Amino acid sequence: MRHILSLLLENEAGALSRVAGLFSARGYNIESLTVAPTEDATLSRMTIVTTGSDDVIEQITKQVNKLVDVVKIVDLNEGKHVERELMLVKLRAVGKDRDELKRTADIFRARVIDLTEKTYVIELTGTGDKLDAFLEAIDRALVLEAVRTGACGLGRGEWIVKA
Amino acid sequence: MKLSDVPQSASLEASGNLLSGAEIVCHAMKAEGVEFVFGYPGGAVLVIYDEIHKQNHFKHILVRHEQAAVHAADAYARATGRPGVALVTSGPGVTNAVTGIATAYMDSIPMVIITGQVPTYAIGQDAFQECDTVGITRPCVKHNFLVKDVGELAETIKKAFFIAKTGRPGPVVVDIPKDVSMARAPFLYPGTVEMRSYRPTNKGHSGQIKKAMQMLLSADRPMIYVGGGAILGNASAEVTALVRMLGYPCTNTLMGLGAYPSTDKQFVGMLGMHGTVEANMAMQNCDVLIAIGARFDDRVIGNPTHFNAGNPTRKIIHIDIDPSSISKRVKVDVPIVGNIKDVLDDLIGQLQSAEQKPGNIAAWWKQIEEWRAKDCLKFKQSETIIKPQYVVQKLWEVTKGEAYVTSDVGQHQMWAAQYYGFDKPRRWINSGGLGTMGVGLPYAMGCKFAFPDADVACITGEGSIQMNIQELSTCKQYGLPIKVILLNNRYLGMVRQWQEFFHGNRHAESYMEALPDFVKLAEAYGHVGMKIEKPGDVEGALRDAFAMKDRLVFLDFQTDQTENVFPMVPGGKGISEMILAEDL
Repeated sequence: MRHILSLLLENEAGALSRVAGLFSARGYNIESLTVAPTEDATLSRMTIVTTGSDDVIEQITKQVNKLVDVVKIVDLNEGKHVERELMLVKLRAVGKDRDELKRTADIFRARVIDLTEKTYVIELTGTGDKLDAFLEAIDRALVLEAVRTGACGLGRGEWIVKA
Repeated sequence: MKLSDVPQSASLEASGNLLSGAEIVCHAMKAEGVEFVFGYPGGAVLVIYDEIHKQNHFKHILVRHEQAAVHAADAYARATGRPGVALVTSGPGVTNAVTGIATAYMDSIPMVIITGQVPTYAIGQDAFQECDTVGITRPCVKHNFLVKDVGELAETIKKAFFIAKTGRPGPVVVDIPKDVSMARAPFLYPGTVEMRSYRPTNKGHSGQIKKAMQMLLSADRPMIYVGGGAILGNASAEVTALVRMLGYPCTNTLMGLGAYPSTDKQFVGMLGMHGTVEANMAMQNCDVLIAIGARFDDRVIGNPTHFNAGNPTRKIIHIDIDPSSISKRVKVDVPIVGNIKDVLDDLIGQLQSAEQKPGNIAAWWKQIEEWRAKDCLKFKQSETIIKPQYVVQKLWEVTKGEAYVTSDVGQHQMWAAQYYGFDKPRRWINSGGLGTMGVGLPYAMGCKFAFPDADVACITGEGSIQMNIQELSTCKQYGLPIKVILLNNRYLGMVRQWQEFFHGNRHAESYMEALPDFVKLAEAYGHVGMKIEKPGDVEGALRDAFAMKDRLVFLDFQTDQTENVFPMVPGGKGISEMILAEDL
């Protein structure tokens, strides 16, 4: 089953490789991983999307928690949560495709953030499913390149992950 | 992180002065009460060595290979319970040390390894003797640090010792670039250290302990399974008190030998791949199992599916300081996370005040005695060929069971574990997790430095001993009267045994051709060598060797080439599926 894990870790050199190294050393999956410092500059917040049985997820959580740089790990699937992912996609936009792509982008509430005579760069935010749906809705031959951040998420309401 | 800036005695004499990074390392060692630093010099640590030369708070032990420095420091930690310290240079110094570090990591041994690094401005330039120490050691340390600012050096070393010895212990590497050793900073050694990201749980949950107690008291076929964690947590006395109080059978793992006295009636022997029939059968057939500082690993319970499917109603209580050890291979019913000593103290307290008393388990003991009557460790000493088990038995007699016994890895290791009756913790020093051949001699060195007046025996094989034989030179330099007990069967015995059982008896590269003359070799290093070929000479040779109080004696016992270790659970099988000597 897919799980979304949220981590707080010391914002120190090598902290990311400790987490990533643990996943590869113990044979756990990483579907996506995103990390950046946030409102507290001494901490990084990492979101990992992984898959595994309940036993495997329990082991992942325990093993990650054991890393000395990790302050906290929470499995967001244990409660209600919101999650978002950002995608930038560069499209070949000439002739009649230009209008069609713009209309589709509007339906998905995506924005054109760069354009040239022949290209669009479109920014789209949402769940992974939504980003997939956008890619399916347009002519795949027009996609020049795309980049996705991987998911990040927060618990709903008063559920707060703090150091 | 918060640090209380309590300067310790080491800083007082230096207060007001700026110290070099190298001086800070030495002062920190003094503040930590370090007795020995095992190491080998090189370019990136020359400044530190220069300071070591000027001080007399700790002794530096010069080994002949960095791997041995880490092993010796590791053994010092295993034998004393205090962190072992090793010091090596950058690049090859570090890569040579990695086997030692990984060995300590697998057995959760508290250690601090100081490594030199090329200067900060040269890092990443492919400098001479540069390697990514933090990257290379990351998967085999509890934690590691690269110190880029001399102002953070003292605090980092304090953290390293704190992390190494608290929680589930383990090795910590502190990588110090040469320019950091030379730069200067005030020396303030924090008295305590607190880290928001590292707070091990010590106290067990009392509700869980109560549940465990009730489960134990209602057992019909209970079993107490004790691992190396009980020794690391200095909980042998508590384990012994609990086992005696309950009157239940007790087994120790390879790493747990000595946690409960092996000459006691309630001890059913070591369990696992080469465990006794009574220990393995009781483990498989019990109705309530309490695991204390053990981790159900593959060499202990064999195939976990068989372990569970063969007895699905078995209830399991597991005490461990590391939550990730619980329910990792086997699902546990009552997990208790905490320091073993504290948890057992609570459990014993609750048992004492409980109205319920342990039930009558006479039927279970009767069953265990039937298994025990198989006498699975029985062997027959022939008139002409020395049996390896016989040598270990005689060693036990000659040393009255009091020696520090180190071993390498292979058949001799299993015979040492089976036939030397360990009654005390921290006397049996071996590589259980990583299974590192070559540890035996440096392990014996570490024990001898820690306990110079004790008998120290290294039980080894002719394969393993050659993996760190150069340390005979270190033993000469420091006058270490270790007794090397070589069980020489002219084969990589355990490899040969597996080839015999599982690979059509084809001895692929398991025969040790062109062995050296070990007597002459020992003599060349300035030691005493003996070759023993007849069973009748075994005891006399051992007595002569241990009577030579100030000499290292290398005893080359020419043992039976075809002897195998029994019982044996083949890899992938369940622990009750043993092959016994009598089956063949």
